[in-house]
Amino acid sequence: MELTFTARNVLLGATLLGAVGGVLGSFALLRRQSLLGDALSHAALPGVCLAFLVTGSKDPLPLALGALGAGIAGSLTVLALVRWSRIKEDSAIGIVLSVFFGLGIVLLTHIQRLPGGNQTGLDKFLFGQAATLMERDLQVMAILGAAVMVLLGLFYKELKLITFDRAFAQSLGLPVRALEGLLTLLLVTVVVVGLQTVGVVLMVATLITPAAAARQWTDSLGWMLVLAGGVGAASGATGALASASVAHLPTGPVIVLVASAVLVVSLLAAPRRGLVRAWLRERGVEQRIRRENLLKDLYRTGEEARTDPYRLVPLPHLMGLRGQAFGALRATARRLERQGLLSSHDDTLSLTTEGFREAEAVVRKHRLWELYLTRRLELASDHVHRDAEAMEHALSDDDVARLEELLGHPETDPHGRPIPPAPRQPGGAPPSRGEATP
Amino acid sequence: MSPTLVVLTVGSLVGASCALVGSFLVLRKMALLGDAISHAVLPGIALAFLLTGGRAALPMVVGAGALGLVTVFLVELFNRSGRLAEDASIGVVFPALFSLGVILISRYASQVDLDLDCVLYGEIAYTPWDVWLVAGRSLGPKALWVNGAILLLDLALVTLFYKELKLSTFDPELAAALGFSPVLLHYLLMGAVSVTVVGAFESVGAILVVAMLVVPPATAYLLTERLGRMLALAVGIGVASAVVGYFVARALDASIAGAMAVVAGSMLAGALALSPSHGLVARALRHRRLGRWLTGRIVLLHLRSEGSPVSRDALRERLGWTRGRSRRLSGILHELETRGWVTRETEGLRVTAEGARAAEEHGGA
Repeated sequence: MELTFTARNVLLGATLLGAVGGVLGSFALLRRQSLLGDALSHAALPGVCLAFLVTGSKDPLPLALGALGAGIAGSLTVLALVRWSRIKEDSAIGIVLSVFFGLGIVLLTHIQRLPGGNQTGLDKFLFGQAATLMERDLQVMAILGAAVMVLLGLFYKELKLITFDRAFAQSLGLPVRALEGLLTLLLVTVVVVGLQTVGVVLMVATLITPAAAARQWTDSLGWMLVLAGGVGAASGATGALASASVAHLPTGPVIVLVASAVLVVSLLAAPRRGLVRAWLRERGVEQRIRRENLLKDLYRTGEEARTDPYRLVPLPHLMGLRGQAFGALRATARRLERQGLLSSHDDTLSLTTEGFREAEAVVRKHRLWELYLTRRLELASDHVHRDAEAMEHALSDDDVARLEELLGHPETDPHGRPIPPAPRQPGGAPPSRGEATP
Repeated sequence: MSPTLVVLTVGSLVGASCALVGSFLVLRKMALLGDAISHAVLPGIALAFLLTGGRAALPMVVGAGALGLVTVFLVELFNRSGRLAEDASIGVVFPALFSLGVILISRYASQVDLDLDCVLYGEIAYTPWDVWLVAGRSLGPKALWVNGAILLLDLALVTLFYKELKLSTFDPELAAALGFSPVLLHYLLMGAVSVTVVGAFESVGAILVVAMLVVPPATAYLLTERLGRMLALAVGIGVASAVVGYFVARALDASIAGAMAVVAGSMLAGALALSPSHGLVARALRHRRLGRWLTGRIVLLHLRSEGSPVSRDALRERLGWTRGRSRRLSGILHELETRGWVTRETEGLRVTAEGARAAEEHGGA
């Protein structure tokens, strides 16, 4: 695509902002200060207006310095409100954000109504107008961005430490307050870099959204910074290109939506923290528990009847045991039938030999655990069933072998019922069909 | 009704209803959820506008109310998933929704009078001329009707559920144990916040709504310990900010909504300094009084244990006081003298029988 001069400026500015925003935002996110960035960007507005009133020029440097000063004043006000009054942090942020912004609006409208003030174009700081980025704006942005990155690099180790273990940093004698001040200063600087591109409202998203997306993929701060910078830069570039090629498509909102889309994908699909995977895992566990419970219920019904371990059990009887719905139970039964663990005839179920063996393993875990609780932890035998209901699904074969060893290869559980023997041991073969158990 | 009176009334209605629901936001530490809602309703307003092709009040209120609840739901969804902290959830949800709204407006509604600047800081000055026409007859400014109805709605919510809101705000566990559904109350309150925000949106804009939601309640919070009084004070402060803000804006020839926020902020600063219970001045005075009292006791106890008169310099030296502190000492000694607890003799200071008793009464050993 052929880029015009303006489009090139926008592309450079948005990419630069995305990169530094993502990196600094990562610190804000980890330090649970996500919304401080929001307060700072709103607080910067009166600074821009005051700088214009004082200098009377639209040169980006004084405006940026004004924004920087006001941003610092805003962050100090939040701190002071929390420390010196009973106002909580969320209200303090809300107060600074809205009152500073109100002051900014008063100054802005005042300037606009001054003779000749209408042409100042200060209102681009509200929503950001990336298209108005000039060579000189880019220079200021690049200088500030570079300063932020250099300072971050110099104090990386210290900043990492105060982010993750403030108390430890303090005990090492690090100037924790000063470092926190530095971090806030860097954050304010990034906000100033971004104001003209995305505006006060959306600034917080260029900080937090890429960082939140990056967080899902890694547990290492270094990688998180790299990823967040990358996501930020990529969404910045995408936003700039999209708004350059489609009419009436503002840059800032597109940047935010691209980053938000990346975040949603990350939340869903990241390899370890991803929600889809967690959901599948949870569902898998749930289904396994249902299957194991059904096998065990069939086994127990046969055992209680003392006639036929492969006895046909009607579904309504099984529904009553756990208060399960008919549909859910039949779905579980179908799955087990497909695995060859049980067979069904007109809403009655019976175990196959293989199913019997599986059921035995579950019952074995259950009864060994009950025995362990009564013997070792000296719990009363009528208190152990519920706990065993949960543990039978969690114990591994190794755990069971050890447990059996520990308990001296017992034959009956605390209620006097037989503990099924381990598979492939003498007497471990399942009874053949039709044969009655003693 | 004169235009000035309309603007003042609309401002007062907005101030009152925001203060009413905002008080609960501040007490429940959800001020920033209010901030999020106030931004996130934008796509709801834009959609209502695009679907109905006009600025009818009801679709906008419904659209914005729905989006407000979507915001609350999404923030909770992200937060509950355990992957994002609450503040981060707020910080990612509302800019995304706001962006959606901005894009909708600038792509599809840029020719019509849904102005983006107006979204940010409102134009309450225009409300007198935006009248409600029914069958060709004017029923007066629309904003009056809308914001009046919203205030009534908020009042109804707060009076009907006062007990429930109070309990679930201050003791959510007990409220849940007593069988009030915290989730239902939460969504009810957030629904009210959304509707209130929409009403205020057109008059004061997305960001200054936050000023009206948070600042007057926070100010009232500095002035009282009782919920009922806090609500009344917050409403009063909200209305006062609106009225004073209007005149400040007229004097400066600047945005009315902005001036309202600044006035509310100044009132907060005033309360912060001067509140009788929580103000910085009152606290400093209390601190000073306590310090003087303590120093007086120490002097009395010391003189009593000495028995014989002690010179001021000796006293200062023995108590290990620096020069700065000893300057305050003369004032304290003067007070002890006028009370008749200490007498000044040629050899130095001596404690009287009364002074010795006073020292004992207040915790002397």
